[in-house]
Amino acid sequence: MKQAIFQRIFLGIVMITAVIILNFFLLHAAPGDVVDAMLAEGGGGDPELAARLRASYGLDEATHIQLIKYLGQVFRGDLGYSFYYDQSVTELLLGHLPTTLMLTISALILAVVFGTLFGVYAALKPKGIFSNFVTVLSLFGYATPVFWLGMIILLVFALYLPLFPAFGIRSLPEPEHAVGRILDIIHHLVLPTFTLAILYLASYSRISRASMLDVLGSDYIRTARAKGLSETKVIFKHSLKNAAMPVVTLAGLQLAQVFSGAILVETVFSLPGVGPLLYESIVRRDFPVILGVLFGAASTTIIANIITDLIYKYMDPRIQSIT
Amino acid sequence: MDDSLETKEDAVLRVMNLSVDFDVKGNNVSILSKVNFGLGLGETLGIVGESGCGKSMTALALLRMVPSPPGKISDGEVLLNNLDLMTLSQKEIKKIRGKEISMIFQEPMTSLNPVFTVGNQLVETILEHKDLSRADALKEAIELLRLVQIPAPEQRIKEYPHQLSGGMRQRIMIAMALVCEPKVLIADEPTTALDVTVQAQIFDLLKEIQAKTQMSIILITHDFGAITEMADRVIVMYAGYKVEEGTLDEIRNSPLHPYTQGLLRSMLVIKPDSSGFKMPLPEIPGSVPDLLNRQPGCPFGPRCSQATVKCRSMPPNFNLGFKRSVKCWLVDNGRVE
Amino acid sequence: MTQPNKPNSDQIFSSEEITSEPDVKWQDTFHLFCANRAALLGLTFVCLFVLVGIFGPIVIPADPFEMVAMPLMSPNGQTLFGSDYLGRDVFVGIIHGARPTMIIAVTATLVTVLIGITIGAIAGFYGGMVDNVLMRITEFFQVLPPLVFAMVIVAVFSSHIVVVILAIAITTWPTEARLTRAEFLKIKENEYVTASRAIGDRNFRIITKIILPNAMPPLMIAITLRVGITVIYEAALSFLGLTDPDVITWGKMIGQSRDFFFEAWWTVTFPGVAILLVVLCIALIGDGLNDAFNPKLRGR
Repeated sequence: MKQAIFQRIFLGIVMITAVIILNFFLLHAAPGDVVDAMLAEGGGGDPELAARLRASYGLDEATHIQLIKYLGQVFRGDLGYSFYYDQSVTELLLGHLPTTLMLTISALILAVVFGTLFGVYAALKPKGIFSNFVTVLSLFGYATPVFWLGMIILLVFALYLPLFPAFGIRSLPEPEHAVGRILDIIHHLVLPTFTLAILYLASYSRISRASMLDVLGSDYIRTARAKGLSETKVIFKHSLKNAAMPVVTLAGLQLAQVFSGAILVETVFSLPGVGPLLYESIVRRDFPVILGVLFGAASTTIIANIITDLIYKYMDPRIQSIT
Repeated sequence: MDDSLETKEDAVLRVMNLSVDFDVKGNNVSILSKVNFGLGLGETLGIVGESGCGKSMTALALLRMVPSPPGKISDGEVLLNNLDLMTLSQKEIKKIRGKEISMIFQEPMTSLNPVFTVGNQLVETILEHKDLSRADALKEAIELLRLVQIPAPEQRIKEYPHQLSGGMRQRIMIAMALVCEPKVLIADEPTTALDVTVQAQIFDLLKEIQAKTQMSIILITHDFGAITEMADRVIVMYAGYKVEEGTLDEIRNSPLHPYTQGLLRSMLVIKPDSSGFKMPLPEIPGSVPDLLNRQPGCPFGPRCSQATVKCRSMPPNFNLGFKRSVKCWLVDNGRVE
Repeated sequence: MTQPNKPNSDQIFSSEEITSEPDVKWQDTFHLFCANRAALLGLTFVCLFVLVGIFGPIVIPADPFEMVAMPLMSPNGQTLFGSDYLGRDVFVGIIHGARPTMIIAVTATLVTVLIGITIGAIAGFYGGMVDNVLMRITEFFQVLPPLVFAMVIVAVFSSHIVVVILAIAITTWPTEARLTRAEFLKIKENEYVTASRAIGDRNFRIITKIILPNAMPPLMIAITLRVGITVIYEAALSFLGLTDPDVITWGKMIGQSRDFFFEAWWTVTFPGVAILLVVLCIALIGDGLNDAFNPKLRGR
């Protein structure tokens, strides 16, 4: 078990290194370098100054030496400097990632919990109305672009029925009490989280219905019934855990996708997350930030994958003994 | 006179006219047709037949566990000490399951929940039926494992099903079935998935426990070898009908129904002849009838080598003595069960 | 005991069965699919969409970039779906947007599937070290959030339509690769594969002629659903403005109206409904295929 965890962490570090290497080459492929960006912010400069600056940044060295230096730099937590924001990329990321992560994780948890419950309930009456509802919901969940859904939800719940704020994450002026401030943030996050969650909820409910139907037909459920257990116990103890497993696996695998969805949702709801940062940086062609976001997003996914792996191992004892 | 219908004081379980129907795409298909039998105290009754003959469905129907929809018990009474299980409420029947009547299944590999420990699943059964503390239930679980001869039960109880062998898991299933010292144990193909040596061990264990507790066993199998090993009396089933009933000796030595005769012939001892080739086993020509398109008349008729014109109408169960009956026109003695 | 030299009758007679067994029952599948009303409805609508993509711009030759009305006019007789902030006709935009949407979705899916199936097939067929390396690479591509990675690619290189298509393919192939690999691992254990190995078939032939056709049912479902996902993916990139400036797409129409949709709901609603309808119909086809290939699992 311990060995498996270490192996998993080692693989994670290798992956992160690979992301850094990819970043390095993308940075090289990008038009212009740090010096160009610097000089552009300063309103242009002469070639001699540029050459001197390049030498001081080590940009005239061989590619592999630059790569090694870059790796060392990133592992020390230095992702470069944004001349547009006049801030280090690491600071920028640390400022924007939490919002995106909060959105991603709360949406995923909502989707997994309610998706599983919907699916389980639908499986109890596979031909009932609710089961059909799950089918239709999952079709719409598959077919609806998340950014468009966000806009429609904004139109309905912020414009026509002004129940929720339309933009941002805080009211101005902010409430005075700490509790008030937290409630205010939650109030702002309701619509974006709901937008992101509902699409995944839709697909998870269908998956959990299928796995619940499988589980309900299994031999161990027959055993549980033959032992005289109550139906509540049969469903909530013996079926739920087994039926939830495929959903948890899928949620782990889809984390990177949900992160992508969160970026779109943030753009629609103007949340100060990674989405608008990335969008703005692309418009400004601020490559250190763009690649920093890619690095941040990938490392978060890698770490989250390790965590879901561990959760999965905890849930299913069969896996523990194999690895 | 109807001997087999007469109530005997030793009859723990009496099944009368038990019928199960399935709804297959709007058609009503009869899976089990008016099955009668009795089970005495400490007796082992074997139910034998090909797959699809309704033997497993009989077991499920006794505990009202027929998958519904599409199935439903359309008729019949199941009397457990004069209590009709068919008229009980859901809550009451749950108290019978696992307490008065227990069941073990064919697939020990999949019959235990993979994500809970053996102990957890045993303790939960004990707590469901007995008013005990968790610690006492755990002690009792260990005792039960000892009873089914599992070595180092204190260790095993913490393990997950996948860590145990098939024979071990079937022992756990038996332990779980014995929690409340049930009056009846239904064993549905309990050894089919196990190695031959393990099979013998499981049967020995069941016999030992039966000798101790006077429990009655219904053994459901397609394997006549298992029947010879365990059963006192035998019911042969075909296409949802009981076609022959008798003691083990009667069925083995003087089978009367052509289907029983065929079944016995197909499992004769194989003797290699001098050339070294195996003699092909005689088989019953044809296959189990399609229950959706039943022909009128004897269900075995189309496969029967001794069929006559008479077989175009359904034979009744002819009664040949105490708990001895045959559903075939060949033995027509006018005494209908 | 059986004599060792005596050929076993099973081996003599079963070889023909072996080659005939693996064939997927295409005819049954076709009939089942045709009996599925929802799937046929989906197919009809998708065909309609393709016709609009081909003939729409010919029937309605108006330039979608041209300003034809007052800005932000609500739907009326002149502009069926209203006008956007520059006074461009939303309806004309939707008609003209069908073609690029269709072209990008189909080509990007083809490239995705080509990469995915090739890598998955090689990994699944050869196994061992090859499989190990290819799967690590696949995992690597799976930890990069697809949209972010695609945005980076488009930002670094260019927003030319070819780059957009490649960006979509590069960021989404792992799903198909994993599916293909799983199918290959399953199918290569079958006797008919061993049989064709035994008669000396070359690996390439076994992969393409023996295993792949039998892996088709799940792959066909996945490919169908992939087209729908790609439509939405492309729309998301266009929504963020990461697309060829010279073509009009539905996602771009929504993206450009982002700052005005509180005043003019029609500017985002109609293009969005267009995306929703097309993808929904693709989903119906996918569901229909699923039911037709696995009739026992209907309704899951």
